[in-house]
Amino acid sequence: MSLVNFTSREITCKIVYYGPGRSGKTTNLHYVYGRVPESRRGRMVSLATQTDRTLFFDFLPIDLGQISGFATRFQLYTVPGQVYYNATRRLVLQGADGVVFVGDSQARQLDENLESLQNLQSNLLEHGVDVRTVPVVMQYNKQDLPRELILTPAELDDALNFRSVPSFAADALHGQGVFETLKAVSELVLKRLAAGSAA
Amino acid sequence: MTSTLNPKFTFETFVVGAANRLAVTAGRTVAENPGSAYNPLFIYSGSGLGKTHLLMGIGHSAKALAPQLNVEYLTLDEYVEAFHAAIAAGQGDAFRRRFQNVGVLLVDDVQFLTNRKEMQTELLRLTEALQQAGHQIVLTSDRPPAEIADLDERLISRFSGGLVVDMGIPDYETRVAILRRKAEERGARFQPGVLETAAGVEFPNVRELMGALNRLVAYQAVNDTPLTAVAARQVLGVEAAGPTAASSTAASSTAAVGAPGPDEFSQFLTDVTVTVGKAVEAWRARVAEAVLRWEGEGYRTERLERLLEQDTPAAVDGVIAAYVGDVERLKALEAEVAELDPQAAGERVFRDPDRMGEAEAAAAKVRDGAAPPPAPSAAFPLDAYASGPSNEVAVKAARAVIAAPGKKYNPLVLVGRSGLGKTHLLNAIGLELARKRGAVVACLSTQAFVDELIAAIGGNRVDWWRARYRRATALLLDDIHLLAGKDRTQEELFNLFNHLQEADRQLVFTAPAHPNTLSDLEERIVSRLEGGLVAEIGEPDRELRHMALERILGQQQLAVEPALLDYLADRPADSVRTLVGLVQRVVSAAAAQDQSVTAGLAREVLEGQSPAAARRSSGLRTSGIVVSSAGGVRSREKMVWDWPAAADRVIEELR
Repeated sequence: MSLVNFTSREITCKIVYYGPGRSGKTTNLHYVYGRVPESRRGRMVSLATQTDRTLFFDFLPIDLGQISGFATRFQLYTVPGQVYYNATRRLVLQGADGVVFVGDSQARQLDENLESLQNLQSNLLEHGVDVRTVPVVMQYNKQDLPRELILTPAELDDALNFRSVPSFAADALHGQGVFETLKAVSELVLKRLAAGSAA
Repeated sequence: MTSTLNPKFTFETFVVGAANRLAVTAGRTVAENPGSAYNPLFIYSGSGLGKTHLLMGIGHSAKALAPQLNVEYLTLDEYVEAFHAAIAAGQGDAFRRRFQNVGVLLVDDVQFLTNRKEMQTELLRLTEALQQAGHQIVLTSDRPPAEIADLDERLISRFSGGLVVDMGIPDYETRVAILRRKAEERGARFQPGVLETAAGVEFPNVRELMGALNRLVAYQAVNDTPLTAVAARQVLGVEAAGPTAASSTAASSTAAVGAPGPDEFSQFLTDVTVTVGKAVEAWRARVAEAVLRWEGEGYRTERLERLLEQDTPAAVDGVIAAYVGDVERLKALEAEVAELDPQAAGERVFRDPDRMGEAEAAAAKVRDGAAPPPAPSAAFPLDAYASGPSNEVAVKAARAVIAAPGKKYNPLVLVGRSGLGKTHLLNAIGLELARKRGAVVACLSTQAFVDELIAAIGGNRVDWWRARYRRATALLLDDIHLLAGKDRTQEELFNLFNHLQEADRQLVFTAPAHPNTLSDLEERIVSRLEGGLVAEIGEPDRELRHMALERILGQQQLAVEPALLDYLADRPADSVRTLVGLVQRVVSAAAAQDQSVTAGLAREVLEGQSPAAARRSSGLRTSGIVVSSAGGVRSREKMVWDWPAAADRVIEELR
């Protein structure tokens, strides 16, 4: 999938929200959906189980209009977090221009976070992509929970952020950090435009 | 019927942002190349986002670039009204013609075509006519063509066949820029942050944004104290979530956002725009814009497109500059070729900057093939032209024409009977005009002119032929009366005449009689000939005859005896050509009798010569009729000495 199409003058960014189950990926998308003017957003496709767990994936297209003569679109996807949906995850990950890793800040979820990170890495490799070449940002969600239950962003950085990518503390339910995360990953993705697709 | 363009609505006063940049670029391109870039150009956007402003901006810009261009702006309603009025007055055809002659037609608010079948048909017809004539049409609407209810499929495809661009809601920075500019226009000053606050509200259109500015201006004026950013929020109802202060739905919905920023999405959009701007605009956007522009003008942009395939930006600006340079060169070549041979100018090679060599070669070929129009004959220099009272007016006029071609007497028509030196004077003027730098003087007989046109029609090279004469800085045609009955040539001459006269090029004609007495000449040609100066050349007076004889004898390299000169000058002669005939006869008689040329011999030859001698005396073709009576001299002098060859006469009569 080409990020920038100069013939039709289009920029399309596919951003995938990745992370363990129940870390708040869909919540991120819902918050973004609520902030995008109706004229700019497509229908948010959400395939969820009865208990609101993402079964397949969520998809939110956003139309940013003409930017520098390019019709700019963002496609936000989430993957199902549950371990046994790996085939879907791999599918969604295909052609991703950027990844937001939504981590669960709860201390007891640390192993799930690590497992998911490894899963991300191996799934990217399946597509022949080195995780080091893909723009990734970390989001440490649920920072609104009581102090005693969660790790601080610094601790999570130590535990998860091996490559020192940009990281954000977030409370996706209330919107804290959601757009900051999106903005950061967008910048990383768009900056690759300047250097062409090789970087 | 047609609205005038609002002088305030120009490109200069139009604030360009990400949401409307494409539309503005397209608009500018259209204004610079009406009819050739995007035709039709269809601009749509919601109400109050600047459609009318942009439309009028195109009008102003097109007018500024080409002042002779006929630019008309009107709303669809005005168009409909005018159409109905014209139909009611039975002037439907005149109405259509009037609009088909508009160079740039700007039609606002075409969404009102819904439920107007007859207007759709009319507009379709007009669009087709304008496109065919290479005239530009720009339309605006509040929705894309396909969404205008019950719009004719053919119109939809017409509109979509050009360029359809939309203008979105301006982004935050653009809103700030608009507010700043409008505030400045009104002379209103605000504390820092006030306008930014207003811009932070995502109004659905610029008009409402102006409403917000109005409120701010009014509030500040009433209270006589500078408005703070906080107070501005209150004025605009941004913070007050209740229905009391919220004056617009946009404002209230923004107010409902309780979380972090006032409008996270706008912020995000702004950030993305900046990032894309840095990443893309840096060089790819410049290339993309150049591609868009030159592609629109019909040039091949492969070279630029290849740039986009590269990963690392090379010397992008250098390549673009070189490309633009090549395009300019192509334009120059094409313009040059168009002058020489309009047909050749349409060749694709002049639109491909990657084939410069071929273009240059093609231009050189055309240049070589372009023979200049026939030049004046060097046998008729001005200083050899004898002038006297009988032709004084004509000679003075000729000198005025030479001094200021195209300015004083245009056209100059030299009138006089055959043999009075019209052709000589015509060629003499031509020779003098040809001395000027860059002069291309076309000087030929009308007969040759007709023949050339016939040959051009036969060779399917009429355009080339036309171009050849249109290049002339002066056109001199001998014996204009020979145009009689040649309708096509008259038509061509009429157009050529107008073209040259408009460009202040000199036109000189000769005719045997006053143009309005010539038969079978179209009225429009006659009136144009009469419009200049008609200078008559009369029968040569004695003084002139004297001078002419002196010259003729001088050319024969004879010792000129004053008595001979006087004798010959006293002979009745109605033209210079007659004088030449006289001298010829005397000279050949002298040669035959092996005598020197004297007044006595001349008297003998011209008054009492033997028929045999007379027959032998003529070096010219004569009719052979010799009258030997005493009054014979007069008769002889009235005879036609110079018959055209029989073949020429036959062709002439067949035409």
